[in-house]
Amino acid sequence: MKAKIRKLVTFVEETQTEMDQAVDPPTRRAAAAAVIENPFAGRYVADLAELMEIGEELGALLTERAVAALGIAGPAAESYGKAAAVGENGELEHAAAVLHPKLGTPVRKALGKGAALIPSSKKRGGLGVPLDIPLGHKDAAFVRSHFDGMEIRVSDAPRANEILVAIAVTDSGRPLPRVGGLTKDQIKGEDGLR
Amino acid sequence: MSKVEVRKRVTIVEEIFHEGGPIAANPLRRAAALAAIRNPFAGKYVEEIAGFMDDLKPLGLEMAKSLVAALGGQAKTIEGYGKGAIVGSAGELEHGALWHVPGGYAMREILGDAKAIVASTKKVGAPGTRLDVPVTHVNASYVRSHFDAMEVGIADAPRADEILLALVMTTGPRVHARVGGLRASEIKGEDGLR
Repeated sequence: MKAKIRKLVTFVEETQTEMDQAVDPPTRRAAAAAVIENPFAGRYVADLAELMEIGEELGALLTERAVAALGIAGPAAESYGKAAAVGENGELEHAAAVLHPKLGTPVRKALGKGAALIPSSKKRGGLGVPLDIPLGHKDAAFVRSHFDGMEIRVSDAPRANEILVAIAVTDSGRPLPRVGGLTKDQIKGEDGLR
Repeated sequence: MSKVEVRKRVTIVEEIFHEGGPIAANPLRRAAALAAIRNPFAGKYVEEIAGFMDDLKPLGLEMAKSLVAALGGQAKTIEGYGKGAIVGSAGELEHGALWHVPGGYAMREILGDAKAIVASTKKVGAPGTRLDVPVTHVNASYVRSHFDAMEVGIADAPRADEILLALVMTTGPRVHARVGGLRASEIKGEDGLR
């Protein structure tokens, strides 16, 4: 493995009640995060290929962990998202190198289809910085019930020379969706949008 | 007896490979089980609250079981534990103290003959408040290598009328423990201390 991993963290949330209304079945989402060494911390490096390859490795590893944490088969996942926080000695572009060129393919391989864009966010920050991972339906980005986000944080990461990389996967949308829009049973799944 | 109303449950698992030193042959794993429940005493002073401890026992057992499962399913691999509570702003600290008996009972029940007191902490706080849950060895409180803590929290809990309950278990010493003191191999196991 190219990535030098200090720590892996998984989070599972299950919402059973919201505003005294039972959520049945409960909505569930999981995130898996890796704290890795930033090979380019503290200097400007033009070629970010190494981080792109690390992104590919983490796409597979973190998706596998998140799906396992939900206890579902990959194709049963409904929405997904990704995010990274770069420690203070790194550049935002390092997060982009991990997240964008190569991370998505293994995510989609693990989840079956994944026609939709994987929504993402990135930031630079200190230890314990919260990461709000955006979530969208994996096959049709316009499914309104699945527009969501999941906050995670790791109290001791990212250190200055580290990057915190996270992938979130759900088996459901928001707990009590009722703002209309495209619903998941209307998905055509051709263009990743509707 | 009143029913415990769970809004949300969260599981967090950390797997720590190193912290700048040699990569651990057996990575340290820590897990936290969190539950955001309705505080039946929120908003007023209630004299008699102790009965709620019995109501919390089944939830405690469920959380303790889920922790062992999250750490691989073998109770005998659990070496450290701790517990804590964050009471929402319409409650009092004493409501957090209701977790001492059911939380501790649940972990002992699941782990068999754990002898040491379960380290604990509590506070009143807002949604997103973080809690550093103290951790000590399950059989001998003085084992220095196992003095640890896990920071936990949920972005949207506890709400004013909620209590966030936490249980934590770990599978071993700090990843690079080297400050001496009583070792796990020297435990006599008579008094829960040494």
